[in-house]
Amino acid sequence: MSRAGTLHGDAAAREPHTPQPTLDRPDDYLHARSTLRSWFLTTDHKRIALLYLASITAFFVIGAVAAGIVRLALVVPDGAIMTNDTYNKAFTIHGVVMVWFFLIPSIPATFGNFLIPLMIGAKDLAFPKLNLASWYVFMTGALFTLISVVLGGVDTGWTFYAPLSTAFSNTWVLPALIGVTIVGFSSILTGLNFVVTIHTMRAPGMTWFRLPIFVWTHYATSLIFLLATPVITLALILLIAERAFHVGVFDPAYGGDPVLFQHLFWFYSHPAVYIMVLPGMGVISEIVPAFAQKKLFGYRFVAYAAIGLASVTFFVWGHHMFVNGQSDLASLAFSALSFAVAVPSAVKVYNWTATIHKGNLRLDTPMLYAMGYIGLFVLGGLTGLYLATLAINQHIHATYFVVAHFHYIMVGGTVLAFLGGLHFWWPKITGRMYNEAWGRISALFIFVGFNVTFFPQFILGYLGMPRRYATYPPEFQLLNVLSSVGSTILAAGYLFPMVYLVYSLWFGRKAPANPWDAKGLEWETTSPPPPHNFSGAPRVPDVPYDYPIQAPETGSHHT
Amino acid sequence: MKAQSALAIWPPAASAAALETDHIILGFTLLTLLLTVPVFLAITYFAVRYRRGKRADRSTDERRSFLIEISWMLIPYALTLIFFGWGAKVFIASRNPPPDAMVVEAVGRQWMWKFQHPTGQSEINDLHLPVDQPIRIRITSQDVIHALYLPALRLQMAALPDRTTEIWFKADRTGTYRLYCSEYCGTDHSAMDGNLTLMTQADYQHWLTHAGAQQSNVAAGRAIYESYGCAGCHDGGVAGVKAPPLAGLYGREVHLADGRTVTADDDYIRAKILNPNADRLAGGGKQVMPSFRGVIPADDLDRLVGYLRSYDRVAEGTPQQGTPQQGTLQQGTRR
Repeated sequence: MSRAGTLHGDAAAREPHTPQPTLDRPDDYLHARSTLRSWFLTTDHKRIALLYLASITAFFVIGAVAAGIVRLALVVPDGAIMTNDTYNKAFTIHGVVMVWFFLIPSIPATFGNFLIPLMIGAKDLAFPKLNLASWYVFMTGALFTLISVVLGGVDTGWTFYAPLSTAFSNTWVLPALIGVTIVGFSSILTGLNFVVTIHTMRAPGMTWFRLPIFVWTHYATSLIFLLATPVITLALILLIAERAFHVGVFDPAYGGDPVLFQHLFWFYSHPAVYIMVLPGMGVISEIVPAFAQKKLFGYRFVAYAAIGLASVTFFVWGHHMFVNGQSDLASLAFSALSFAVAVPSAVKVYNWTATIHKGNLRLDTPMLYAMGYIGLFVLGGLTGLYLATLAINQHIHATYFVVAHFHYIMVGGTVLAFLGGLHFWWPKITGRMYNEAWGRISALFIFVGFNVTFFPQFILGYLGMPRRYATYPPEFQLLNVLSSVGSTILAAGYLFPMVYLVYSLWFGRKAPANPWDAKGLEWETTSPPPPHNFSGAPRVPDVPYDYPIQAPETGSHHT
Repeated sequence: MKAQSALAIWPPAASAAALETDHIILGFTLLTLLLTVPVFLAITYFAVRYRRGKRADRSTDERRSFLIEISWMLIPYALTLIFFGWGAKVFIASRNPPPDAMVVEAVGRQWMWKFQHPTGQSEINDLHLPVDQPIRIRITSQDVIHALYLPALRLQMAALPDRTTEIWFKADRTGTYRLYCSEYCGTDHSAMDGNLTLMTQADYQHWLTHAGAQQSNVAAGRAIYESYGCAGCHDGGVAGVKAPPLAGLYGREVHLADGRTVTADDDYIRAKILNPNADRLAGGGKQVMPSFRGVIPADDLDRLVGYLRSYDRVAEGTPQQGTPQQGTLQQGTRR
C-alpha cells in the first residue's frame, strides 16, 4: 500500500498523497525524545549518523570555501590576488579538511552508521557507546585542526612531508598534526564497530551472500580502517615528536630519512583512497538496481571485487613515489601491482552497466548521481593507470594531471555517491521527500560544473603545470580561468541541496516507507524508523536485490 | 620567452625519449577512448531505451556466459599491461645513463636552483645545456625536499636533503623551455623556476666561455638575496629586527661606530657579509646578523654583491619587484 503512490512515472510527477499514517509518530527515532541531551548522549546509531552528517557538512563547507579561495587566486597567473602564503594555507586547509574531516568519514560515518544495522536487521551497532565515543573523538580531532586554522593556518600541504613540516614551516603545524592523529582513532573505532556488527548482529537468515553490497563494501572499508589507520597514527606521532623534540626520524639534519615518512604516509593514504571509494561503490550498487528495478548483475563478483580492492590497495602505495628517490625495482613492482587494481574496478563498472541493460529505468535524482558517478569514476580510474605507467609518471607526477585524476575519483566518485545516497535515503532518514525537480537540476549543475572545473586540469598537467603553484606562467591562464568558472557552477550545484533538503525537513511531502520500490530491509520499516529500527522481527528474503527483473547469477547456468 | 599560444595542447618535446613518452600517452588515450566510449554510449542508450514507460524487450536471457564476464575483466587488463611494459622500458632507459654523459650538479634550496657545469661555471634558476650530448644531472637539496622538473624532456626527480638522485637525457632540439620545482617546498615554491636553454655544442661552448663565466644577472642575485635570508631582515619583513635597508646602499658613505667613514663598495659589502661583527655601524642597534663565512659559496657571494651593486636601479626599474610575502617574487626570475 505504501507503494501505491510510486507505481506510475517519475517521482516529480507522483501524487502528493500520504500513503500511511506512520509519520511524525511521536515514537520514531527523530521524535521519540527531543532534549539536547537525548541527541548529544544518544547511543542510537541513527542519531549518531545525523551528528556526523551535520559535522561533516560543516567541514565540507569549510573545505569548499578554501577551494574557492584557491580557484580565485588562480584566475590570474602572477599571484596578484593574494600572497603566496595565503594561497599555500588555502590549499592545505582544503586538503586536510576535505580528506580527513569530510571524505574519509563521509559515507561510512553517516550512511554506514545509519544503514548497516537496518540492512542486516539489527537494532543497533554492536557497541553503541563506542559509536558515540567515536563521534566525540572525531570532534576533538576536528577542534585541534580548527584551532590551527583559527590561529593562522598550516602551509605544509595535506601530505605533511618532512622536513618541511618538521623543521621549516613557521605555521601552526602541531595542532593540525595532533588533530589528524586524533581523528584516526575515530576511524579505527568505527571500523571495529562495523566489523563486529556485521559478524555478530545479522538477523536470522541474513547470510553473508544475502547482504547488500553496501554492507560488503563497508566491511571491506572497515578492514582498511583497522589495518591501515594505525600506520598513519604512528607516522604522525613520530612527525609530532620530530617537530616538537627533534627526535630525528625523518629529518636528515638529525639523522632521519624523509623518504621513510613518504612510505609510511602512503602506506595509509593509498588505502585511504579506498576508504573513500568503496563505500561510494556500495551506495551506487544500491541505487542502480533500485532505479532499474532489476537485480544487481553479478552480485558475487561485485562482493568479491570489494574485498579484492581492499586487499590489492595495500600493495600499491609506492606508485606515489616513482620519482621520489625510491629504488627502480620497487618502482617496477609498484607499477605492475597498480595495474591490477583495474580488474576489480572494471568488474564494478561493467556490472553496473549490465544492471541497467534491459532494466525498467527511472531517472530520478539518486539515479542521475549514480550515472554521473559511473562516468566520472571510469575516467578517474583510467587516468590513474596513466599515473601508474612509469614513463608517463615521470612527466605528469605532481602536476595538475594528478589533481584532476584524484578529484575525478574523490569528487566524481565519493562526493557524487554521497549526494546520490543522501537523496536516496533522505526519505528514510528524515521521513520527508525533497523537491525532485531541484534535485535533478542540482545533479546536472554538479556534473557539468565538475567537468568544466577538472577536465581542463588534465590538459594543464600534460602541458606541465606543477600543482600547488601560487603563481604560474601566463600560457596556462586560459585553462585556469575555465577551471575557476567551472568551480562556480559546481558551487551552485552544492548550494541548491543545502537549501531544498533543509526546506524539505519542514515543508517536504511526508515520505512513505518505501518511496522507490526498493529492496532491502531498511525499506521494510517506517520512514523514519522507530528507535529500535523494526517493530517486529524483519523478514529476510532468500536472495538480495529481489527485484522484478532478474538475471541468473553466474554459476547457476553454463559455468 | 618563446611565444606559446594560450591553447597549446601539445607541449614541445626536446628529446627522443620525451617523444616516446608522448607516444605512450597518446596510445593510452586511444585505449581509454576504446574502453570508455562504449560504456558511456551504452549507459546513455540504455537510459533512453529502457526508461520506465517505454515499451522495450526486457526479457532476460536465461543463459549467462561466464566466458564473457571473465573476458571483460581480463581483456582490458591485458591491454593496459602493454602500457605497463612500454612505460617500464622507457623508464628503465631513463634510469641508466651512458658512461660518456656530461655531469651537471643541481642543488635545490628554498627557493632557488643552482646548477654547476663540469667546467666550473654555475648559474641560478636557469640552465644552459648542449643538445646531442648525454647529460646526467645529479640532484640534491640543502633544506627540504624539492624536485627538478623539465617538462620538455618529460622528466622530473626529487631533490632530497643529504642524498643524491639523478636523471639523464639526450636532448635533440634547441630552444628555451621551462624548468620548475615540482615538489611543494614552502612559501615561494612557485617562484623556484627558470628556463632550460638547449643549444648547439658550439653555442654552449661560447656560452661557457663568455656569458656563463661572468654571469651576473639581477634575477640570479635576487634569488640568492632571498634564499640566504637577506631580504627577510633588510627588506623589513621580520618584526623587531632593525636591519639597515640595502637598496641604494652601494657607493654611499657609511658612518662607522669608531668614527670612520667608508664607502660601501664591493670590498666593504663582502667583508660585512662574511664578518658582520667587524666595522660596526654608527648608531646601529644590537648586532644580530650571523656571519655567512663558510655558508655562502664564493660564486654566490659574487652574485650577491653584484646584485647589491645594482639594487637601487632594480628597485626603480621594476616596480613589481617585491618581497616574497607579496607573492610577486617570480617577476624577477621569469621573463
